[in-house]
Amino acid sequence: MARLTVEHLVVRFGGCQALDDASIVAEAGHVTGLIGPNGAGKTTLFNVISGLVTPKSGRVVVDGRDITHLSPTKRGRAGVARTFQRLELFGMLSVRENLLVAAETQQRWARAGDDVAARVEGLLERLGLADVAGELATSLPTGLCRRVEVGRALAAKPRVLLLDEPAAGQDDAETRSFATLLRQVAADDVAVVLVEHDVRLVMGSCDVVNVLDGGRVLACGTPDEVQHDDAVLSAYLGAGRPA
Amino acid sequence: MDKFLTFTVIGLSTSAIYAVISSGLVLTYTTTGVFNFAHGAQGMIAAFAYWQLRFAWGWPAPLALATVLLVLAPLFGALLERVIMRGLADASEAVRLVVSISLLVGLIGLAQVIWPPGESRPMSTFFAGRQIRVWSTAVTAHQLITFACALAVAVGLRLLLHRTRIGVSMRAIVDDRPLLLLNGARTDRVALLSWAIGASLAALGGILIAPAIALDAPSLSLLIVNAYAAAIFGRLRSIPLTFVGAIVIGLTEAYLFGYLPTGNTALAGLRLAAPAILLFVVLLVLPNRRLRTGVRSRERFPCPTRAGALLFSGSVFVAGIVMATTMSRPDLVTYGKVFSFGIIALSLVPLVGYAGQISLCQLSFAGIGAVVMAHVGGASGSPLGLVLAAVVAAAVGALVALPALRLSGIYLALATAAFAVALDRWVFNLPAVRIGPLRLRLFDLGSVDVAPLRLFGYRFDSPRAQMLLAAGAFALLALGVSAVRRGRLGRRLLAMRDSEAACATFGMDLVRTRLAVFTLSAAIAGVGGAIYATQLSSITPGNFDLVSGLPIFMLVVVGGAGMVGGALFAGIGLQGLLPALARLSSLLARWQTIAPALAGLGLGRNPSGAASDVTVALAPLRRDAPVLGAMLAAMGLLWAGRLAGAFGGWPFLAGLVVALAVAAAVAQHRAGAVGAVGAVDAVDAAGPAPAAAAATATVPAPAPVPAAPPATAAPPVPALEWMGITQPWTADAVAALDRVLGLPEEGVRGGAAHG
Ligand SMILES: Nc1ncnc2c1ncn2[C@@H]1O[C@H](COP(=O)(O)OP(=O)(O)OP(=O)(O)O)[C@@H](O)[C@H]1O
Ligand SMILES: [Mg+2]
Repeated sequence: MARLTVEHLVVRFGGCQALDDASIVAEAGHVTGLIGPNGAGKTTLFNVISGLVTPKSGRVVVDGRDITHLSPTKRGRAGVARTFQRLELFGMLSVRENLLVAAETQQRWARAGDDVAARVEGLLERLGLADVAGELATSLPTGLCRRVEVGRALAAKPRVLLLDEPAAGQDDAETRSFATLLRQVAADDVAVVLVEHDVRLVMGSCDVVNVLDGGRVLACGTPDEVQHDDAVLSAYLGAGRPA
Repeated sequence: MDKFLTFTVIGLSTSAIYAVISSGLVLTYTTTGVFNFAHGAQGMIAAFAYWQLRFAWGWPAPLALATVLLVLAPLFGALLERVIMRGLADASEAVRLVVSISLLVGLIGLAQVIWPPGESRPMSTFFAGRQIRVWSTAVTAHQLITFACALAVAVGLRLLLHRTRIGVSMRAIVDDRPLLLLNGARTDRVALLSWAIGASLAALGGILIAPAIALDAPSLSLLIVNAYAAAIFGRLRSIPLTFVGAIVIGLTEAYLFGYLPTGNTALAGLRLAAPAILLFVVLLVLPNRRLRTGVRSRERFPCPTRAGALLFSGSVFVAGIVMATTMSRPDLVTYGKVFSFGIIALSLVPLVGYAGQISLCQLSFAGIGAVVMAHVGGASGSPLGLVLAAVVAAAVGALVALPALRLSGIYLALATAAFAVALDRWVFNLPAVRIGPLRLRLFDLGSVDVAPLRLFGYRFDSPRAQMLLAAGAFALLALGVSAVRRGRLGRRLLAMRDSEAACATFGMDLVRTRLAVFTLSAAIAGVGGAIYATQLSSITPGNFDLVSGLPIFMLVVVGGAGMVGGALFAGIGLQGLLPALARLSSLLARWQTIAPALAGLGLGRNPSGAASDVTVALAPLRRDAPVLGAMLAAMGLLWAGRLAGAFGGWPFLAGLVVALAVAAAVAQHRAGAVGAVGAVDAVDAAGPAPAAAAATATVPAPAPVPAAPPATAAPPVPALEWMGITQPWTADAVAALDRVLGLPEEGVRGGAAHG
């Protein structure tokens, strides 16, 4: 059974059909890519999965449990963590506190007895945030802010990790190390779903790639298959190929 | 049947007035996004102005009416928009709220200065005595005119919004302001017009209703609560629904008046509180809101270090000792309340400052604490009273919070205001209530005596002992509130303030967190109220009403709601500075209520508040041991001199202020000389400076120091501006600059690459 299954989602904003019968599957241990031109509905899909947008129809299932009607908090506790494209950091807290508050909250509801502080220090180290751990989160450049978002999501020990353009604003070396990190996270029995415009990152780190356009899944397959799919090529050429 | 008809007519005429007032409110809210708490107060001022022209100066009614409705009110509305509201477009909700509440309080104060309360100002209805008969009941000419006005307003607004160009823009603004700007619409003109019309409508309502309820500034201004309930019926958007709401509320009030059995005090109060209760209920059936995302607050509150918090609390307590030893008995009675009000203000720090919630009923919680202290503490002043004051206030706080948890921003403000009104108009005026075996006593229909607290056999009955008690309690609670900020709960609260959506993604229980902070905050307010009550020694519901509570909220936000120093600022401002000014001159005394309002109106400029400015200004002093030592020594000498009777209270105060100012300036200068090594260091140091607002506390009596923020914000700025001039321009400096400005350096680079 797949870790995350999203079936037949329909979302409409006024006259705009943001999602039109979209379905994706994400396996634990895999990095599942989700690409598509601007306005394709990727962020909306994440919002539906994490409960911030209610779909007109469709289901979201995690580990066989239907979470479509749960509150965002309950979904968080079901193991769905995410980052935000339009950063949602806690600006009055330091970087360390941003991670700490997530880890502490997770520890509280999971009634786990682990050492939160040590876990957070480990994460800061892994994400290369140790040097800026004491600074206010909003005082950092965007590239770093995105990594803080990833760190905060990881601090909650997710089973499903939704990443919305986590590499935007990072340089090449950082992106490469980020790809390695993604593989490690996935190997820890997490289903990672990655929305990204950086084609190299997607092709280099994903096991499966879904292509979304106009709220519909156009194609789904290995990076290689998708790159040579005609429907995908025409959609991208039509919408202007991203860098 | 006759009775029914009579009360229906009365109810409908009240409804008509509410409809007029609240449609003005809806108009300004939809077009400018500012919920005008002062709307009713504008109507109140207009009613007074009309009285002045018509009855004091004897102008003919049509001329007086035209002057007020067509000239004075619209001009005043337009002026408010131009001078105050326009700057608020991008301000946070709390700041907007404080500004409009300040306006409310300021207008009430202004009215009381111009038209001192206590004189009788009879105001007759239009065509007094004339009436017609409809079936079996009489309808007065005044009521007919009221109906006609409401009808005219309804038709006029309908025509304006649907038939005129500018009206169509008004409606469009609600939906999409940026889009409208792109299309070149003049939102400025629209805002100006809607504020002018809104003010006229408020004025019309005020003039129509004034003859029915006496010409009294606070009660006329609070009419808004009734009108607000109607506006909420229309979700603050729909004018037709607002009219429906007004009818429901007007009729409910009238029928309650007609059919509730008289002679029962419990029910009499209920009538007055009914609109507030209705407002509360209407708010509760509002649809669920979406989770808050992306609150990019301009406020910055440094996290207090343990040492900083200790220093602050220690200084407050020392200040309490200095005050207790140097002040005369009457002064001790007056200024002791600095600390008890400080505690009540402190209750807002976790709630407003950390969690970003809003509550206008903290003084009501304090009132509950006071009542519990009075009855449970009894004649012996048992400390159990203090404990139970906290417990009961906390329980009531949780009770209020539970239904209000779904609300935020303006709705939360209204719900808590409605609660405060329900308490002070109704619950606090109840006789003893019997619930099963329990007999709850409140204010016993008047005033209650409160005995001084007795702790470990010691009775805090002299003003001196009470001042020490209050200062000590404030210091301890401030330590606790700072500790909350550094702990788990504090992190959760600050996280929730910035993004509820992000908090939910890692499974935070938002309801529980909000409940926790409301409960904690109510408990602190309860303790503050209990201590305040022992200082007053006799309490009445009037000590704890909504209007008295509003300045606390305002001044805490002005002082910096995220820091315990902000609470001290509020206490000093309201119970120190104002009485001191009043003593200096009786002219100033009359302006007392206006001063905090002016402070609130200035808030838009400096959303982080004064406390953080003071912290930054005093940071060098805190690190400079020799200067700090010299200052403390000088202060100690002054104190010794005062104790020996060498000079009086005012020179002593002036000496302390001068000592602090000189020390701060010297430390600043020395830090500047040492810090020339690296401007970047100076910037970093100034940023996360700990809560050294402490030093403000070493000024024992109401000192103007915390009230003078503008000059003090300076230190980090010159360092930045001189970057590259006093030192070489390096990549590090650029990065530091970016960091300080919060610029996404990557974004700029990426954008260039794409372009
Ligand atoms: N809250 C909303 N209200 C109205 N329309 C919305 C809302 N959110 C998204 N949309 C619309 O839905 C469509 C899908 O948007 P979405 O943000 O999901 O795209 P995306 O694939 O994430 O694009 P990008 O690559 O730019 O992030 C867009 O046309 C957008 O304008
Ligand atoms: Mg997106």
